[in-house]
Amino acid sequence: MSRGKHLGRLLFVFSMIALLMAGCEEPAKSVLDPQGSTGEEQLTLIKISIYIMAFVFAVVMVIFIYVLIRYRQKPGDDSIPEQVEGSTKLELLWTVIPIILLAILAVPTVATTFSLAEKPSEEEEALTVKVTAHQYWWEFEYEDYGFKTAQELHIPKDKKVYLKLTSRDVIHSFWVPALGGKTDLNPGQTNTMTIDAKKVGTYEGRCAELCGAGHALMNFEVVVDEEQKFDQWVAQRQEPSSQPQTAAQERGEEVFSQNCMSCHAIDGAELERKGNKAPNLTGFGERDKIAGVLENNDENLEKWLKHPDKVKPGSYMPSFDFLNEKDMKSLKAYLQSLE
Amino acid sequence: MATLVILIVFALFLTAIWTGGYDKQLLNRFRSHWLWDWITTVDHKKIGILYLIGGAFFFIIGGIEALLIRIQLLVPNNDFMVGDTFNELLSMHGTTMIFFVAMPLLFALMNVAVPLQIGARDVAFPFLNSLGFWLFLAGGILMNLSWIFGNAPDAGWTNYVPIASNEFSPGTGIDYYVLGLQISGIGTTMGGINFLVTIINMRAPGMSLLRMPMFTWTSFVASSLILFGFPPLTAGLFLVMFERLFGANFFDVAMGGNPVIWQHLFWIFGHPEVYIVILPAFGVMSDVISNFSKKRLFGYTSMVFATILIGFLGFMVWAHHMFTVGMGPVANSIFAVATMAIAVPTGIKVFNWLFTMWGGKIRFTTAMLWAVGFIPTFVMGGVTGVMLASPPADYQYHDSYFVVAHFHYVLIGGTVFGIFAGLYYWWPKMFGHKLGETLGKWHFGLFFIGFHLTFFIQHFIGLYGMPRRHFTYQPEDGLTTLNQISTVGAFFMAAGTIVWLINIIKSARSAIPAGNDPWDGRTLEWAISSPAPEYNFAQLPQVRSLDAFWFEKMEGNKKMIPAEPLGPIHMPSSTHWPFIMTIGFFISGLGFVFRSLEVGVLGLILVFLTMFIRSFEQDHGYHIELDEIEKTEKGANA
Repeated sequence: MSRGKHLGRLLFVFSMIALLMAGCEEPAKSVLDPQGSTGEEQLTLIKISIYIMAFVFAVVMVIFIYVLIRYRQKPGDDSIPEQVEGSTKLELLWTVIPIILLAILAVPTVATTFSLAEKPSEEEEALTVKVTAHQYWWEFEYEDYGFKTAQELHIPKDKKVYLKLTSRDVIHSFWVPALGGKTDLNPGQTNTMTIDAKKVGTYEGRCAELCGAGHALMNFEVVVDEEQKFDQWVAQRQEPSSQPQTAAQERGEEVFSQNCMSCHAIDGAELERKGNKAPNLTGFGERDKIAGVLENNDENLEKWLKHPDKVKPGSYMPSFDFLNEKDMKSLKAYLQSLE
Repeated sequence: MATLVILIVFALFLTAIWTGGYDKQLLNRFRSHWLWDWITTVDHKKIGILYLIGGAFFFIIGGIEALLIRIQLLVPNNDFMVGDTFNELLSMHGTTMIFFVAMPLLFALMNVAVPLQIGARDVAFPFLNSLGFWLFLAGGILMNLSWIFGNAPDAGWTNYVPIASNEFSPGTGIDYYVLGLQISGIGTTMGGINFLVTIINMRAPGMSLLRMPMFTWTSFVASSLILFGFPPLTAGLFLVMFERLFGANFFDVAMGGNPVIWQHLFWIFGHPEVYIVILPAFGVMSDVISNFSKKRLFGYTSMVFATILIGFLGFMVWAHHMFTVGMGPVANSIFAVATMAIAVPTGIKVFNWLFTMWGGKIRFTTAMLWAVGFIPTFVMGGVTGVMLASPPADYQYHDSYFVVAHFHYVLIGGTVFGIFAGLYYWWPKMFGHKLGETLGKWHFGLFFIGFHLTFFIQHFIGLYGMPRRHFTYQPEDGLTTLNQISTVGAFFMAAGTIVWLINIIKSARSAIPAGNDPWDGRTLEWAISSPAPEYNFAQLPQVRSLDAFWFEKMEGNKKMIPAEPLGPIHMPSSTHWPFIMTIGFFISGLGFVFRSLEVGVLGLILVFLTMFIRSFEQDHGYHIELDEIEKTEKGANA
């Protein structure tokens, strides 16, 4: 029996150490460290509810531990305790106090629910972006500037961004933990949400509604820049450099037009058509990631082109492992040259 | 169709050959086999044991699925089980655990305890009871066959459309989900109706509503939730079935449908379902805590009304699962406030449990340990529930690991702990011997530590940005250590479960008789022998108070005062028709899954045929004669 107790204690110590160790790691994207006003408002509410609930939990635990220690049956004590029916006073107490606590939580809850649903006013000159989710990638359309991009949502610092969210296939959910909570993207319906960012940086985004085999890798990034830099980026997107410069790139463009064009579009290139089934690749060479998952370098690009399904299960992109080495090289050179 | 006929004939031949050749004795040999006795039984205690075996079987399957999920998440970018396979695992894990583990195990406890607690000889509809069990089993097996035939359901246990439509989930996976749940759902609805009628009509003399044990009360409210909660699911499943099998367009936007309808139908069922599985667990806790504190339940009346209120409010809050769908701030606020309101009756219950123990004499048996472990665990799940009720905060928690942590705290910390408490508590009444206490404490210890290790950490995994149902995470996400701890915890829980299984086998081998009243019980089930005789009560007891048996013991009586003279007892006969009817449903389900309408219809014909036969069957049951009862009672008291 004593050995059992010993082991129990050991387990306890082990689990406590495990919990402590967990605290050492720095999370990359955290709800608890918001970088925009939407996330801040939500964190405020999270904090209010945590404080109230921690208080409730503490009260329960104090009574609980006291009761367990004080009223356990002592050996040899066979007396029968008094059979109490209840106590109207006490029962009223633990009915009324929770009601008050919940009212304290309900008021800011309702207020924030309404304030978050508000559309930004005219004076705020919000940037409007139409977000369309696809299995398993994101399309961002800057309606005011007349271009589309994919996988990277660029926004200026300290400016409201009004997102119009919809889906072209199944239900997805847009989530950038550091900037704000989720909104679903339903086919045939447009939802809206407003976000902003107070700090320059790159913030990780995820799809948060099960959308199929590639759900876990339907990642995207929100890139926040100073307004001036953002304007430069917009200008670059409007006037992209998509013309091949070298012979290899020229061959690459040809390979692209033979294999990729029916799904992918490149603005400013001399291509017969602009496919819209897959991400718009304008400025691909400047993107951080391939398919939202792999770091954007030559080696990974080849990996992706040859076996997209191995990188992102369920991806609709066919594999291009049939391209000969020269064509593959040219295609990569052309894609990487896009700015 | 032809394949099916050949298979059936072949199976019949094989059975005939294996059982000793086809001759006139064949049927008799069947009938005298012990298996036949279990297949045809209508005895609620035996059906309870069948539910227990079925639920435990699926518990192991669902548990293995959970372990595979945790192994996949052990390291970032693991490729152990990715993509559709992972989606199949998580869908089957959730569906199995809710429908084929939590529900049947609670039905097991309800079957074993409720008729005994109210002083009844059986349930109101023994035939339905048997049919309900077999349908549950058929549904569970049908759905799990998908692992063998390939293509398991992969759209989550919530089965959201359009991801569950033909276009995005081709193959038969979702059909297994739809038909498996439909078949087991019929059984569950029957079970719910049966317990409602039983509790209303079959109480012993003097057992007024406000003298019923708390477990009976919670079973009653849960049964009424089943009655109102399952029809929306049935309707929703029919829509999905018609869309998948016959090309209807209820959810297809291009054809004027709307996928959000499914979410509403699912959660109008889904939220009450949460209370269907938690309320009976509350009842077990109330009985166990009161019993092992040697005290009457504190604030019994307010407990009853809190239960009813939870059941009622449970139907008003379904849309809190859909805050991010885009319903607008008005709907979100209304459902938020309604959800918060549920915390009040739940809080009443928690404090009543604490004050039941206050001033008592607490005995830490294994059953009580589960109940004691339940309180902090469930309160944790409850407070995160209130936090989730606030829509702006929920935008952050929703569909992240925070939610996963929350509902496992409620479903494991509440329901599973409750089931284990109930099993340790009623085991002697089911089998005549206790489960071992030492191994029981190991079971509790490992499972409890493992549980908190697995799920406490998941609150943070969620807050650090990991959505649920993701088969992987990136090394730079900073989630690796947290996920590894969670996986280790899962194996502790598995170890606990293995100890439990060992405990069952060990205590069955030694089978030390526990006696009629091993826990110094308070309610009627402890007034009769263990295991309970076929007819439960030789004479129906006269109930004079809440905690009827305790009251008699305090009055100095060793037994309940009988309310009727000893006489022959009328019993329902065993019947094989529920089993055959279930085979009909099963064939039909399998037929529709494989898109073979002939087989589907053939199965339904078999169902209607058995219904017809059953309707015109002249069976008035049988009587247990006086001398037999006297013999049994003497044996029990000796």
